[in-house]
Amino acid sequence: MSDWLSPDEWRAVALSLRVSLWATALSLPFGIAVAHVLARRDFWGKQALNGLVHLPLILPPVVTGYLLLLAFGRKGFIGQYLDQWFGLVLAFKWTGAVLAAAVMAFPLMVRAIRLSFEAVDPKLEQAAGTLGASPAWVFLTVTLPLILPGVIAGAVLAFAKAMGEFGATITFVANIPGQTQTLPSAIYTFLQVPGGDPQAFRLVLVSIAVAMAALVVSELLASRVARKVAGR
Amino acid sequence: MTLSVALNHQFPGFTLDVNFVAPPGLTALFGRSGSGKTSVINAVAGILRPDQGRISTADTILLDTSSAINLPPHRRRLGYVFQDARLFPHLTVQQNLSYGRWFARPSNGPNFDDIVGLLGLQALLQRRPGALSGGEKSRVAIGRALLSNPALLLMDEPFAALDDPRKAELLPYIETLRDQTQIPILYVSHALPEVARLATTLVVLDQGRSLHAGPAADLLADPDLAPALGLRDAGAMISAEITAQGPDGLTELHSAGGPLWLPQIASPPGTRLRIRIAAQDVILSRQRPEGLSALNIMHGQITEIRLSDDGALVQLAIGAEHLLARITQRSATALRLAPGDPIFAIVKSVAVAQKDIGKR
Repeated sequence: MSDWLSPDEWRAVALSLRVSLWATALSLPFGIAVAHVLARRDFWGKQALNGLVHLPLILPPVVTGYLLLLAFGRKGFIGQYLDQWFGLVLAFKWTGAVLAAAVMAFPLMVRAIRLSFEAVDPKLEQAAGTLGASPAWVFLTVTLPLILPGVIAGAVLAFAKAMGEFGATITFVANIPGQTQTLPSAIYTFLQVPGGDPQAFRLVLVSIAVAMAALVVSELLASRVARKVAGR
Repeated sequence: MTLSVALNHQFPGFTLDVNFVAPPGLTALFGRSGSGKTSVINAVAGILRPDQGRISTADTILLDTSSAINLPPHRRRLGYVFQDARLFPHLTVQQNLSYGRWFARPSNGPNFDDIVGLLGLQALLQRRPGALSGGEKSRVAIGRALLSNPALLLMDEPFAALDDPRKAELLPYIETLRDQTQIPILYVSHALPEVARLATTLVVLDQGRSLHAGPAADLLADPDLAPALGLRDAGAMISAEITAQGPDGLTELHSAGGPLWLPQIASPPGTRLRIRIAAQDVILSRQRPEGLSALNIMHGQITEIRLSDDGALVQLAIGAEHLLARITQRSATALRLAPGDPIFAIVKSVAVAQKDIGKR
């Protein structure tokens, strides 16, 4: 595969995979927590939280990217402290691409997991409580296994969205080959130069292959888990 | 061990006001649907938090609103068998049964194999709940609750979803639990025959209030209570012991009122049983009748008569126990029945159904 793709192309693919995996893995705990809160709790400001989570889905990606730059840029109101205290700089780094991809994919992940939370019968959790399980154990031994199909679906959806993220990423971390040039950015770049079509087309094929592979793996996993959860 | 329950809770348009004591044995909470039975049992479980109340066992206070004690469900050490089984669909039967043992509870609980044997679950262990019948699910739910080593067992109409043959199969398991374990059982039901067969203590609920509470045999034989329990279902229990199996498909029993013959009961001689006799199946006679097809003639004494528009309810003493007879006012007047009179109670053998015969 490495002699089929040029080193630059190969770096873009590897970076996209790395960014997407990190984005999915890091946002998953938050996605589960937010989905749980939205599905099960009633509190003041719930609609506001729901709106905030969905914002990246409805805003132009460029706007999201610009907002990220304002907040997490080296001089941003969060970014300056990350730099001062942890030496962590996100803007124009691959780590910033992770943040952008995670933010953009978050609504899709939360929606999928929230639906599966709503499908869990709270009576089963009650039953677990009467059997001696504390709320934390109830979550780990009953709720989490039952929402697993939704978690898998949400994670795969988020991964696919992260692989394809373009607008917010290019606005927040730009398009530096080898550092922040992800697969979509690379395709975009090749399309801007005359004669770049063959390179762009190879990356398009890689995109399709990765997306299909992710879908097949998630379908296999989800159907196995769903069979188990259905109790058969 | 004894469970004391006193609670008061205001639902929109419905007040729950209940007070009773459940001694060891099986305490049935009986009432129509909507009388608050499930709310009471949920309050004991800690799922419902009443406005005011105190719920305690011999050594633990589960709830005391006056001193702000309210143990969460997982620290109340109870087994709750829900109406709808509520097995965990992602676990096998074996894992469902063991679920309660994952959590720190005293380890001297019931033996896994004993419970599996008692409830006949051996063949089901590797299956998942989705592949079980309704009766099997109920049995697993009972086993799961028992194996969590509860200090108290709560059962909310565990057989409501089952047909009569299934129910008949499972009732003996409950009798065994009642007689072989020391755990008090709180059993919710709206089916009087089931209650009569299983209960040692009875609490009658009506519109959120506990009207009566006491030994089941006494309450079921109380003519004043029969209208609240339902006249068609009213009936008292007497105990009897199998003496012989007749060659003609009848079983002979010894009771305080004389010998009884009932349709075959598949238990060996010496087995002690409790038999529910519906009040409307009892015929009263001043003299010992002759030339009668009914086989069972018990001798007793009238202890109480309650007259109403629905007829006469007559309570008879048979030895130390009581029988209830429902006759018309006209018959009661014509026979000039009065408390203290000796009387013969006649019951057709076939009037006693198998489901009315329980272990003592």
